[in-house]
Amino acid sequence: MFDHGKFERHSLLLTVGILAVVSIGGIVEIAPLFYLESTIEDVDGVRPYSPLELAGRDIYIREGCYNCHSQMVRPLRDEVERYGHYSLAAESKYDHPFQWGSKRTGPDLARVGGKYSDAWQVQHLINPRSLVPESIMPPYKFLVEKPLDYALIEAKMTALRRVGVPYSDEMIASAKADIAAQVDEFSDGASALAARYPKAQIRNFDGDPSQISEMDALVAYLQMLGTLVDFSTFDAVNTDARR
Amino acid sequence: MATQSIGGRPSGVDSLTLGGLLAALALVAIFAAARAVEPLFQFHAYVFLAGFALGILGLVLGARAGQSDETRYNEAIVRAGVVASMFWGVVGLLVGVVIACQLAWPSIFYFDDYGFLNFGRLRPLHTSAVIFAFGGNVLLCTSFYVVQRTCKARLAGGVWPWFVFWGYQLFIVIAATGYVTGVTQSREYAEPEWYADLWLTLVWVAYLLVFLGTIWKRKEPHIYVANWFYLAFIVTVAMLHIVNNLAMPASFAGTRSYSLFSGVQDALTQWWYGHNAVGFFLTAGFLAIMYYFVPKRAERPVYSYRLSIIHFWALIFTYIWAGPHHLHYTALPQWAQTLGMTFSIMLWMPSWGGMINGLMTLSGAWDKLRTDPVLRMLVVSVAFYGMSTFEGPVMSIRAVNALSHYTDWTIGHVHSGALGWVGYVSFGALYCLVPWLWKRQQLYSLKLVEWHFWVSTIGILFYIVAMWVSGITQGLMWRAYNDLGVLQFSFVETVEQMHIYYVIRVLGGALYLSGALIMAYNLWRTARGDVAAEKTKDSVAIAPQSGVIQAAE
Repeated sequence: MFDHGKFERHSLLLTVGILAVVSIGGIVEIAPLFYLESTIEDVDGVRPYSPLELAGRDIYIREGCYNCHSQMVRPLRDEVERYGHYSLAAESKYDHPFQWGSKRTGPDLARVGGKYSDAWQVQHLINPRSLVPESIMPPYKFLVEKPLDYALIEAKMTALRRVGVPYSDEMIASAKADIAAQVDEFSDGASALAARYPKAQIRNFDGDPSQISEMDALVAYLQMLGTLVDFSTFDAVNTDARR
Repeated sequence: MATQSIGGRPSGVDSLTLGGLLAALALVAIFAAARAVEPLFQFHAYVFLAGFALGILGLVLGARAGQSDETRYNEAIVRAGVVASMFWGVVGLLVGVVIACQLAWPSIFYFDDYGFLNFGRLRPLHTSAVIFAFGGNVLLCTSFYVVQRTCKARLAGGVWPWFVFWGYQLFIVIAATGYVTGVTQSREYAEPEWYADLWLTLVWVAYLLVFLGTIWKRKEPHIYVANWFYLAFIVTVAMLHIVNNLAMPASFAGTRSYSLFSGVQDALTQWWYGHNAVGFFLTAGFLAIMYYFVPKRAERPVYSYRLSIIHFWALIFTYIWAGPHHLHYTALPQWAQTLGMTFSIMLWMPSWGGMINGLMTLSGAWDKLRTDPVLRMLVVSVAFYGMSTFEGPVMSIRAVNALSHYTDWTIGHVHSGALGWVGYVSFGALYCLVPWLWKRQQLYSLKLVEWHFWVSTIGILFYIVAMWVSGITQGLMWRAYNDLGVLQFSFVETVEQMHIYYVIRVLGGALYLSGALIMAYNLWRTARGDVAAEKTKDSVAIAPQSGVIQAAE
């Protein structure tokens, strides 16, 4: 019979045995996701985040919003009715890291973009219970007061390009200008920004044109969530058949 | 087999190497602080610098104090680990109670002007403090104790075990200060940013070498089963940590980094890591504790040698596959979800193999549960292990998961494992270790252990029952339709319904925290050498241990 004593007498054999045994599951489950083409659907509309949206997303991550809000609508009847079309893998293909979440202490945010006005989002972030008395969300008043620090925005976009997000040289070069342009629809750069980032929403998000605040960035991010794919033209049957 | 190369002496080669490394790292930290592109990175560079400077100071003081006795076990490091475990345990539980209060009474526990105290920043602080600071220190100190005793050899590496211990504490400080200031990768249970991850990798490699080095010095031909589990924990956590934290920093002088993977691949990588943080950190490591402390305390041999072999290999093979059950019905391809579900259900068997092996070790010693509350705590931990490893596979079934996912049911499940299994097996081990390490005949008070046991058991029950009810209630409310065929409840109506359960959870958590405070007091008095004047039902025999390495038999 097989002699387990060998493992018990040779620590390196035991170590190698452990490594071999624990490697198999990950290799079989994760590795194919990188080369099976059916993993991510072919859909139009998904684009890299605009610099302002990216800055907003970094604030979303910094504040730990993912601890209470998912961004993943499951294909269940009640969820599709409550939140909208179920989430596609393609919709988070530029998300480094993903923000699918694991808990809904608050509602799913995958398609929150456009559901509420900017003013509602700002007021709700400042004092959630002023609009929703039963809410248990923390207040984020400081976001309005804090100017957005985007000194590192080019470095961040370059890092994202290195891991696969298709930011062009032009996008990176005009990043700072694009941030200023996205909070002012009358600015010179607004049309160039809209060309670079189709469907980008351009306006002052926090209602205070005197400074670009962290609130501007976060609301810009929230308002674009789930708005990129046009589901009126999305062919779920043929896309799903490829899975 | 007995190689001494890694087992140098303090103030010898090991001290010089470590001193050189710390000096070099201190230079890196100074450079990083000078070049920092943001204040938070500079702050963390200074924290590292302070850590390295203290390390060098410690080396110098240690060298002046002279050589330690190589014929004795290194128990000082285990004592330090016991203190650190108790400290971080209380901190982690306290933060848990605070964030539970925030969800129960948001208008009282949130402050407009102190955004760093918001739930989103404190929740990672709580999870990391209990899992990695408390659990990690328990694993460090018990593994250092167990590997020495079962190998009959002093801990290898001279001063390097101290590098592992203090390096790990430095990692905790970097991680914790990062969370409250908003430095996070947003990967659950892997939130610390790239530079903290690099540092932990270095510490972890040293940990593996110290552990293996001690095994190489052993005077027993066979490696004891507890050490298999410790080894699997150390090796696999290294693999998980490195792969899951692959990231591209925006600047090597800044905090922010972006993960190498995105979207669906990133999600599965993270939950492959996340679930196996449970499987290898919170299970394999603590099973090692069970395999040493339960037989020791019960004074009975492990029930079945063959079962321990089978469940060891089956457990570590199967656990790795279970990650996708965190992603049911998501955009993860269905074949991966199905694989994850299948292996999660299969995992029930090796888990219960471990439970049976632990419980049946009590054969012929069940009467001790009546008189020894420490053994009772250990046994109840194994019972909780059995319960949560049954609940887990049930929740991994896709149809069940459709209801339970995103709800408090998951939180309840985690806490029955964390408070019941990980907490109790750790408490049991610490109650054993303190009299052994401080050379006391017995604990200060067994009556206080009884109090701890009952107060925290009631706390756990409050906690998990409240979360079961709130989770299932909310899951059902989300999918409820009225007669007209439209959704019956708005989201916030389901939140409103949670209030009473969140209050009960606060109560449960506060009871559990109280139990831990009772324990801290009891251990402190024990270490001082006090004995409470109380009537014991029967005296609990604890063999005083000399600490001298005995010759191999």
